[in-house]
Amino acid sequence: MLGWELPPHNSGGLGVACYHLAKALSLQGTSIDFIVPYSATHDSIDFMKVHNATNLSPLHKNGMGAYESSKLIADKLDGDLSTIRGVQRRYVSFVEAHLDDKANHYDAIHAHDWLTMEAGMRAKELTDAPLIVHVHSTEFDRAGGNSGNPIAHEIEQQGLLMADRIIAVSEVTKAIIISKYDIPADKIEVVYNAIDVNSFDETYQYDGRTYAYLESLRQEGYTVISAITRLTVQKGLSHLLRGFAKAVSKYDKLALLLAGDGEQKNELIEMAAKLGISDKIFFAGFVRGKQWRDAYSVSDVFVMSSVSEPFGLTALEAAHHGTALILTYTSGVAEVLDSVFKYDFWDEDRLADQIVGIATSPALKKTMTEDVMNEYSKLSWDDVAVQLNDLYSRTRRKGAIV
Amino acid sequence: MSQRGITLYLHVHQPYRVRDYSIFDTAVDHNYFVETDPLSHRSNERIFQKVADKSYRPMNALLEKLLNSHPNFKLSLSISGTFIEQASQWAPDVLDSFKRLVDSGRVEILSETYHHTLAFFYSRSEFEAQVEAHRQKIREVFGVETSVFRNTELAYNDELAQWADRYGFKGILSEGWDPILEWRSPNYVYQPTGTDSIKLLLKNYRLSDDLAFRFSNRAWKDWPLTVDKFMSWANPTSQDPLINLFMDYETFGEHQWADTGIFEFFEELVGKWLNSPDRTFYTVSEAIDSHDPVGTLSMPATITWADSERDLSAWTGNDMQREAMRYLYSLEQDVIRTHDQSLIEDWRRLQTSDHSYYMCTKWFTDGDVHAYFSPYSSPYDAFLYYMNAIRDIRWRLHAHHGAGGLHG
Repeated sequence: MLGWELPPHNSGGLGVACYHLAKALSLQGTSIDFIVPYSATHDSIDFMKVHNATNLSPLHKNGMGAYESSKLIADKLDGDLSTIRGVQRRYVSFVEAHLDDKANHYDAIHAHDWLTMEAGMRAKELTDAPLIVHVHSTEFDRAGGNSGNPIAHEIEQQGLLMADRIIAVSEVTKAIIISKYDIPADKIEVVYNAIDVNSFDETYQYDGRTYAYLESLRQEGYTVISAITRLTVQKGLSHLLRGFAKAVSKYDKLALLLAGDGEQKNELIEMAAKLGISDKIFFAGFVRGKQWRDAYSVSDVFVMSSVSEPFGLTALEAAHHGTALILTYTSGVAEVLDSVFKYDFWDEDRLADQIVGIATSPALKKTMTEDVMNEYSKLSWDDVAVQLNDLYSRTRRKGAIV
Repeated sequence: MSQRGITLYLHVHQPYRVRDYSIFDTAVDHNYFVETDPLSHRSNERIFQKVADKSYRPMNALLEKLLNSHPNFKLSLSISGTFIEQASQWAPDVLDSFKRLVDSGRVEILSETYHHTLAFFYSRSEFEAQVEAHRQKIREVFGVETSVFRNTELAYNDELAQWADRYGFKGILSEGWDPILEWRSPNYVYQPTGTDSIKLLLKNYRLSDDLAFRFSNRAWKDWPLTVDKFMSWANPTSQDPLINLFMDYETFGEHQWADTGIFEFFEELVGKWLNSPDRTFYTVSEAIDSHDPVGTLSMPATITWADSERDLSAWTGNDMQREAMRYLYSLEQDVIRTHDQSLIEDWRRLQTSDHSYYMCTKWFTDGDVHAYFSPYSSPYDAFLYYMNAIRDIRWRLHAHHGAGGLHG
């Protein structure tokens, strides 16, 4: 398995999904070697072998995380580890050397996202194993609906063509692969992500002091809306802010918590001031651990406002912590949940209505919160592993359709 | 006729910068100003000590020396209340050295707002309370009365002059900005429109800024600045009675470091200026008392001494700044009626104009100056910490009054 990150060295959902699906597969008897492009220990991983392709520290700390294709530039020298391209080349070399050792034999090559697709293609050339490309997000998603970085796009295009089988994390993503990369639909299967509720620390107890001010607002009857996300254009946060401002103009006991960091942060801070609602918007920065879980717990409503969200695991995490959900139609997770409000990412009026609706009706909020819990708990990584094992067994090496 | 005189006025101030005050501190920890990490570059104490070593101690020593050696050397100072508090807490020797200057009888102290605020533009009652608090503090610490007013950032308009006139000040300071002066010279005393007896002194911004901003700039065509060059610009044969040099005190040693030669320059300038019986130094009161106004001057729109616009845009130019000030001043009634001195003090410290200045997003020529003075990595961070502090004040008000709402 070829991946770019694993927890706790992840910059987002990609690492989390890779971790859980690999773990579920191994519990069902699949043996996995997982190659990451950095060096670090993964103490919680004993179910597979993790290989470090370079000596770098985890890449998100160097601005080369899984979501930073916008910073992608062609490097000057081979082996230059200061750029994503350089790390990718080193990653390919590592995979080549690894496969050179005939003791390392694989039945399938499973590559996650464009970052490892070149290595996947090279591995396919060097072995008899079929290449399965797992698309968690496309460059189209990362660029917020624009075509994005041409280098990343081209690597994806080649990887998708060379793949024997493609896994998309949602119908939303499958549709993008078909329409933006001209891949035949029958080559793509949708395998939704799941949530492992057991992975949450059972001893966790919500601490109302973490977000003491928000908690005091709730005592006053306020409804806390939240988005826990990278602050980046793909996430549709400027629509969220304007929709929230419209909601506030109708019903004023609302607060919006934005937990996360990203290149859009300053723009959003300015926009909030322009809308005259700075005092209702709380920028918590990037949160981990207790602050991360308490961010869900302090929320009454979780909004996934993405312009294009391949899946959106955070919505399931939020539901697990007892929030009502509002999701855009273009979020993959909206395909697997029904007890939620959905809206078009640009439809700020509709979003405002939905926020005010939940905030002003305790019964509606209670019903949505309880019903979505029943829905998400039916999604399991075990089922994902069953689908993947089935897919591995069906997939035979084919010539690339070029 | 009277002697030509330099009216040197230096502004002494340090704000209480807001620490890295996050949402996780809000409603929990009401300390906004004391960095928990003593080594933080944002620690008010550390900054004060650094500036004391670089500027206050060496410059006051130089001023004392010049006062001793030149009977006609005089100057005026404005010293903010927040500076006095920090100096008494962290560097009593610095405060003592200012007292010695004032005791010489040739150093005048100006009136201003205690917390170095722009309250005049938001609340007249709050503004007057701060002016009175400052007067009281100056009386206590230096044993002198103030009679000439300077508003924070030299922010000035006709309305302010009329207020100061009615309030009993005999003089007021402003920027001598060309678009307003047109053909007039800043080197004379004027009378503000609509006033009875108050007189207006205008900053000669070219000569002031040659020292304050350009002195060490190697890209400046006139670098290096020599005293002879400066004296020739001051045109010693001119009939203009005044040269008003108004600037931050910290120009000496902090904005312009000692290694730029600013101290030597200043010492030489004082000596050369005074080597002719035709020339002298004035305190602001003397400049006012010994010259009649040559005309009236009207400034309906507010001007300040900052940036190329010379308006309030460095403090209220963007939405963040306007929002922050709106939230802050809307709390006035609720804060004052608590009679809780520490709460009122925190709220007033948040009024210090430096906070809005740190939120300024004008990143061009003026942005350089802003970035130099800001302890934050961006104006957006400055805004977020500040907003959290305002929310905490709301929380405390809510707790105190037991009602009233948190308004978001």
